[in-house]
Amino acid sequence: MRILIAGLIACLSLSAHAAGMGYDDAHRLLARSGFAPREAEVQAYAKLTRTQAVDKLLAAARTTAQTPAPDWMSEPPIPLRKPKDLSEEEKKLFQRQQFERAVALRGWWYQEMLTTPTPLTEHMTLFWHNHFVSSQQKVKSAQLMFKQNALLRRYALGNFGELLHAVAKDPAMIVYLDNATNRKGQPNENFAREVMELFTLGMGNYTEQDVKEAARAFTGWSLDRSSGEFRFYPRLHDQGSKTVLGQSGDFDGDAVLDILLAQPQTAELITSKLWREFVSPTPDAKEVKRLAKIFRDSHFEMQPLLRAMFTSDAFYAKANRAALVKSPVELLVGTLRQFGIDGLDPRLLAFSGRQLNQDLFAPPNVKGWPGGEDWINSTTLLARKQVLERLFRAEEMPGTENMNGRMLRADFGKGAARAMAGQAMLANMHFDVAHFFAAFPGNADTQNADVARLVLASAPTHPPNAKDHLDFIRQLVLDPVYQLK
Amino acid sequence: MLRRDFLRNMGLIPLTAQFPNLAFAAAPAANYQRLLVLIELKGGNDGLNTVVPYADPAYYNLRPRLAIKRDEVLQLDQKFGLHPALQPLLSLWQSRELAVVHGVGYPEPNLSHFRSIEIWDTASPSNEYLPEGWLTRTFAANPAPKTFAADGVVIGSQELGPLAGARAIALANTEQFLRQAHLADDANAKTKNAALAHILKVESDVVQAATGLAGNYTFRVDFPKHAFGNAVKTAAQVVANKAGVAVVRITHTGFDTHSGQPGTQQRLLKELAEGLVAFKTALLELNRWNDTLIMTYGEFGRRAQENGSMGTDHGTANAQLVLGGRVAGGLHGQAPDLQRLEGGNLVHSVDFRSLYATAIENWWGGNSRSALNGKFPTLDLLRA
Repeated sequence: MRILIAGLIACLSLSAHAAGMGYDDAHRLLARSGFAPREAEVQAYAKLTRTQAVDKLLAAARTTAQTPAPDWMSEPPIPLRKPKDLSEEEKKLFQRQQFERAVALRGWWYQEMLTTPTPLTEHMTLFWHNHFVSSQQKVKSAQLMFKQNALLRRYALGNFGELLHAVAKDPAMIVYLDNATNRKGQPNENFAREVMELFTLGMGNYTEQDVKEAARAFTGWSLDRSSGEFRFYPRLHDQGSKTVLGQSGDFDGDAVLDILLAQPQTAELITSKLWREFVSPTPDAKEVKRLAKIFRDSHFEMQPLLRAMFTSDAFYAKANRAALVKSPVELLVGTLRQFGIDGLDPRLLAFSGRQLNQDLFAPPNVKGWPGGEDWINSTTLLARKQVLERLFRAEEMPGTENMNGRMLRADFGKGAARAMAGQAMLANMHFDVAHFFAAFPGNADTQNADVARLVLASAPTHPPNAKDHLDFIRQLVLDPVYQLK
Repeated sequence: MLRRDFLRNMGLIPLTAQFPNLAFAAAPAANYQRLLVLIELKGGNDGLNTVVPYADPAYYNLRPRLAIKRDEVLQLDQKFGLHPALQPLLSLWQSRELAVVHGVGYPEPNLSHFRSIEIWDTASPSNEYLPEGWLTRTFAANPAPKTFAADGVVIGSQELGPLAGARAIALANTEQFLRQAHLADDANAKTKNAALAHILKVESDVVQAATGLAGNYTFRVDFPKHAFGNAVKTAAQVVANKAGVAVVRITHTGFDTHSGQPGTQQRLLKELAEGLVAFKTALLELNRWNDTLIMTYGEFGRRAQENGSMGTDHGTANAQLVLGGRVAGGLHGQAPDLQRLEGGNLVHSVDFRSLYATAIENWWGGNSRSALNGKFPTLDLLRA
């Protein structure tokens, strides 16, 4: 009998193992590494072990977007400086074009995030957008911002060192951090400072003198004004000797970047930031050291680092459940993906995102969006609830031709009406509540519990008391816990 | 010191006379019927081109291309003049309601935007990290009345800055806030989850603020039609409410002028001046101008020498503006000596915490020691 029980237990634990990581762990992996998952995805990953699941996610990573680029990407580049001799009418036309491209650019990325087969790729592209920050507010050119986005995606799950070198020569970055005018004898410190403070070492790991010396190394890294491509101007480069972090030589920008990469703080800064993105708001110092070593040992390959992080016990720890605040993009894209809401013009999301304080391609400053609890204040929390309430309002949303400007503005934020003016049938948004519930077999009680398990990262603050399925979902998404992942 | 404050401090006026609703609550020792308005000039405004030392040849040597020409400055005295875009503020200068504080900064300056504003917001020494804002500690020591809509309101920024941790709300405009406030719910639930606790606190702050902020006051003044003008209008709407707030913080952003500084700073300072003048008019309509103290601040000033991009890099000490019906107008503090720079940067003569101490002690009649973790001398910025 005892043997039989022991055998049974062994069998059970074996089958539990073979049955994979289980629903909760699969849910956390998918919700955190990508966007809020659908029921079928969670069920499929629940059958895999942690390692199998993570390998599957990493193997699916892409280096390019599948959404076709906006048609203006094939046009010749617009000169970086607005010609001064435009007539008033030409100026207005130019501004209108700038605005339309800005909206189209954001809509393009939302479309990619909504439809990508690899949410992890887009999540990491977004992570790098918030690390190697450039803003269209300053860069102006939608084409350069698009190219930078493509660069970030190309290396999103590739090699961080290569990404760092490429970003330093990226035209949008060169405009954004003023390296275009960083010249011998007249250094501009902007890029040199931020590359140390924010992109690699972090505060306190370099001196003001290091900033000044490094700025000299990046002199002459500029742009070709007509093509908008990176160009090195040897005559504007300071050939003299520089001393950066105790090392001296006739460094150019690449040499300085290699010095920065070699400092242990760089791997730890990236690892800690990924921890706050994926695991919890408070990095565990010991774990960060362990993971940073894996990162350095692999010469800054992202996949070994993410594999180690996504299979670690800390990632799945109970204490870290619902510990992270969803970013506005995660909230919007996750909601549309998870509930299968379609028919919404992705350009409208650009305005929603801005309303929630995450205007893609325009982070507030070079440090990026602060994230975490800072996503939520009185204004943004109400705006989040407003857009969620709209998405699940009982009546169907009319097409844009039936929506007046005030409605667009109220639901999606400032600018939405202007962008959509005169365009018909852009917002035939549709949520099929019956179809959504059909993915959950069982009686009414277990069905509701299963839906809540998918939609919320932990128990609701206000247990729903709903009159029907749609009302039930409405109450779940308006619960404070829906803001968490 | 005002007679009323004096008598109150002597214990001659019972606190309940001023705060009848607090008869049974902890007695606040501060007069929060007086409003403090902080204007954050975000990005690091160039103080040398704001309050221009136009008589100093060193200024023109440091800035051959960027200096404001002597005949363009709005002269304040024999040595200093305002940037021409600040023209609308001249009337306040003439009525002695505008003060300039020279050389505001702190020892061992940090030139990172993010660290330096954190130092300003938390009133910490350069090498110390403090978790909460200096106003949050002020309200912990001397609580604002519970009937207030909030301790403070933040406009034009999503970051609470000096109010981090306080009962504070971020507002874009009051009408929208009130329209949406029903979506918040005061759950009164307890949780160990820090992120959830934060959201629940925001919900509760919204519910409380929404009950305090009502209606839409119609001002006679026309507010300027730019972001700062709108922010000032929202601030005036908040002040117009009966349920008060102790602090309003308005953020005016875009001052990080590494390149193309002249046009950018011209626009931003013009917006600032237009907004402040409209704000004064609105406060006069509400009969609150004499109860309002306005101070500018920001992470740092900029490098004394111009860079090669028609801009300036990050710097240290800076000039700040102080305005209000009871302000002692004029030049205060000591202007940095352009012949004695440290690493190319201006040396401060006034610790920024002295500005805060002045607000806490001389304006509110509170105790600044615990909020500022030490005693900083106050400045003679208020009329007796």
